[in-house]
Amino acid sequence: MSKMRIATTWLDGCSGCHMSLLDLDDRLADMAQQIEIVYGPLVDALEFPEAVDVALVEGAVSSDADVKKVRLIRERSKILVSFGDCAVTSNVPAMRNEFRVQEVLQRGYEENVSCHGQIPGVGVPALMPQVRPVHEYVEVDVFLPGCPPPADAIFFLLSELLQGRIPDLTGKSRFGA
Amino acid sequence: MTAADAFSRKKSNTEARSVRILTFKIDDRDVSAREDETILAVARQNNIYIPTLCHLDGLSERGACRLCIVEIKGSPKLVPACVTRGREGIEVITNSERIADYRRKILELIFTERNHVCSVCVSNGHCELQQLAVNLGMTHVHYDYLYPRLAIDASHERFSLDHDRCVLCLRCVRVCDEIEGAHTWDVMKRGINSRVITDLNQPWGSSSTCTGCGKCVQVCPTGALSEKGKSVAEMVKRRQFLPYLQLMRGVDRE
Amino acid sequence: MTLSLEELQQIARIEKDRREGFQHRIKICVAAGCLSCQSATLKEAMEKEVSRRGMENWVDVKGVGCLGLCTAGPLVFVEPDGILYQGVKVSDAGPIIESLGAEPIDALHCSTDLPFFARQHKVVLENCGRIDPERIEDYIAEGGYYALYQALRNMTPREVIQEITRGGLRGRGGAGYPTGLKWTTVAKAVNATKYVICNADEGDPGAFMDRSVLESDPHRVLEGMAIAAYAVGAAQGFIYVRAEYPLAVKRLRTAIAHAERLGVLGNGIFNTRFRFDVRVRLGAGAFVCGEETALMASIEGRLGKPRPRPPYPAEYGLWGCPTLINNVETFANVAPIIRNGGAWFAGIGTETSKGTKVFALAGRVNHTGLIEVPMGTMLRDIVFEIGGGIPRGGRFKAVQTGGPSGGCIPEQYLDMPVDYESLAEAGSIMGSGGMIIMDESSCMVDVAKFFMEFCMSESCGKCVPCRVGTTQLYHLLCKITSGAAQPSDLDKIEELCDLVKNTALCGLGQTAPNPVMSTLHYFRDEYTAHIEDKVCPAKACKMQPAKEVV
Repeated sequence: MSKMRIATTWLDGCSGCHMSLLDLDDRLADMAQQIEIVYGPLVDALEFPEAVDVALVEGAVSSDADVKKVRLIRERSKILVSFGDCAVTSNVPAMRNEFRVQEVLQRGYEENVSCHGQIPGVGVPALMPQVRPVHEYVEVDVFLPGCPPPADAIFFLLSELLQGRIPDLTGKSRFGA
Repeated sequence: MTAADAFSRKKSNTEARSVRILTFKIDDRDVSAREDETILAVARQNNIYIPTLCHLDGLSERGACRLCIVEIKGSPKLVPACVTRGREGIEVITNSERIADYRRKILELIFTERNHVCSVCVSNGHCELQQLAVNLGMTHVHYDYLYPRLAIDASHERFSLDHDRCVLCLRCVRVCDEIEGAHTWDVMKRGINSRVITDLNQPWGSSSTCTGCGKCVQVCPTGALSEKGKSVAEMVKRRQFLPYLQLMRGVDRE
Repeated sequence: MTLSLEELQQIARIEKDRREGFQHRIKICVAAGCLSCQSATLKEAMEKEVSRRGMENWVDVKGVGCLGLCTAGPLVFVEPDGILYQGVKVSDAGPIIESLGAEPIDALHCSTDLPFFARQHKVVLENCGRIDPERIEDYIAEGGYYALYQALRNMTPREVIQEITRGGLRGRGGAGYPTGLKWTTVAKAVNATKYVICNADEGDPGAFMDRSVLESDPHRVLEGMAIAAYAVGAAQGFIYVRAEYPLAVKRLRTAIAHAERLGVLGNGIFNTRFRFDVRVRLGAGAFVCGEETALMASIEGRLGKPRPRPPYPAEYGLWGCPTLINNVETFANVAPIIRNGGAWFAGIGTETSKGTKVFALAGRVNHTGLIEVPMGTMLRDIVFEIGGGIPRGGRFKAVQTGGPSGGCIPEQYLDMPVDYESLAEAGSIMGSGGMIIMDESSCMVDVAKFFMEFCMSESCGKCVPCRVGTTQLYHLLCKITSGAAQPSDLDKIEELCDLVKNTALCGLGQTAPNPVMSTLHYFRDEYTAHIEDKVCPAKACKMQPAKEVV
């Protein structure tokens, strides 16, 4: 039997959901027989590969690069999981939505620095007017809320997917911690 | 006191306190009820779960959050269980597919209205709204978030108000008016622009009517009202005083 | 002081004699429409012209209520010749006085043979444009307060209600609840104190039926209320009228003062033990206060927000007392029914919808204004005969009835009789009587958006589905009209409509999705054109496709 190809990624997030994934500890090792992590911050791969079975997307969609990325992921993955509160609700990153992008950049790069205040313009992704959850850009198959989702919930999610089922995550996690 | 309360109270006065007992069905279970009991009260007595948000035992009913809607067999109209009394022989359905679907959507609407960032909320883990999402199986919001720009009023010495997390249940308004008797809280503007206010929209700290009793904070279902000095997930509301207040109100009703 | 029948008749006789004493009577419309085009100055100029010529004793100049054809104001009606002048300017005052008794002035003449006038059937508006709303004698001369005398002296309360029931009158505020049934319920309620409320919080965009009745014939409403109070056993009445109608408020107050002075309101009316007082209460401009429970809360001095029903006002209303709430037009129908009998009233209209209905014609139609037609009149007749068709050869597209709670009715229903049931079948409602005609230059999505914006800003904010649901709907419609919507947004709209309709607390919320649902039903292709082709077929929306990301 071929291994389930899993890709993980983070957009506008804090990597906490990935930490929670690592919290699976030895269960992750047990699972290694059945899964292969083909892309993500935990492995060495430059480009998002084709024919991914499950993509775990952490983080909200915040910049033009995020939009590009999430669309590519959708195209190349069978099942896309909104992984954690930022992906599901846009969470903390969205707290900038009450303000205009320019205000946010000024505050962050000019007012709050002690020297060389400058808004970066070249070579960095441009911010979208608002931070939005993943499902506002692409279709999402499974939602796993939580900040971060508990390791048990992630384990349940992966086990169910390995069994070929779309998991019912009711009661397994919630918004917030 | 709601109209329904007052109405039944008046009725019971004229009818020399004879209260009829009814029997009807909730989710195929036979239940009995006094005629002045709401469907919600009877359901709770029988351990049948009906989600609520604006309702709080001991305060008057508003019938406003619409989460407690139930079906009555044979009628297409949905009724809020918190203000609807039972009637002889009716069959109440509390958990049909249709109702569950409506409740989830209503809850989603509440989440879109303000900036509920659960992960960084003082009430994280102790929040009724957060728990409702779990209970109703709401894993995401498929409507667009509105992201309003709202203020925090931290002018009070001991408490703070964060409009981002307010669900406009108006428990604070009711407890302040009906129990504390101060009526410091009220609501201003209308529709999506509704806001809870203290006095005539003055900073809470400068309110001349607020007694600082803190009941509003304790009854608030979310992190909108909290005690100062509490960090994320530290705000646990204490509601132990409510049964006593309920008792007082019961005496008042007799 | 009380009034006897003889005295009432005497007042009528004196007033009629006074009228006969004039050779010419010039009636100038001073209702809000014509007032807005300086009919008050016109009236002054006319009076000056008359006194300058020393003709005061044979030419009577008086201000009257709405003459109907608001689009052609200011209107002047000359009796006994029966000549109607339209668009009269101050400078026309002299020539009109000069032409009295001679040939009418052709340039200003407006034929009263127009279907606009000929096809109408006036019951509610029978005195509008005929009497001076600020003189009670004028109303009495037209048979006013005779019905009240009739009811108080010759009928029991039960007989009054029976007569109303026989007439088949239904509530004119929108829902069409049988008036007789409502009266019976309040009459049966056991309580020492009961109230009668007249709902004059007319708030639908484009509707001005109630305003015209109050401005043109306020006594008719007072008489209707008094009869109702007698029938249900109330002694106190309130008229809840919006403060945006200052003229209606002024004339109502004048009318109440006159009626009290004459003794048709107050203690021991017509030497009976019946007592009835009326107070005016002003609304502060919230649409939701037209909802009965919110209206009562507002009268009580609380926030004007609805509460769940039951209990209904008929058993638990104002200050907890049984309360009868009817609309202005409903009360305006009462006196004629008592005067002429229920059978007469039931002879007008259709099987289920009796009597006449006042409509405010507005939008893309030649003759905008106030009309009254028998129930069951064909929509086509209203639009093309009475309304005079679409201006500049435009093509009829739809008619919006029922305001923000109503819907848009397309061309294929033009041959539908206008009554409660047919309108409901076509996906709209009778409502209070607003009728907005639209031609092909109107975008139906834009129309739906307009009404949704209205509902959103008028939502009281108490219940979640209405407060947030209407806001979400409005945002989705904005997305569509700006070309930023995706096909899935249409699903969301339908879903939200269903949610708000079924779960909102009061009538305002429950009916708020109607304009969207009816336009979606009949004009879905317009929605899809906006969403998929990013074009507005009516070219009314500024489509600015969102900047493509990346």
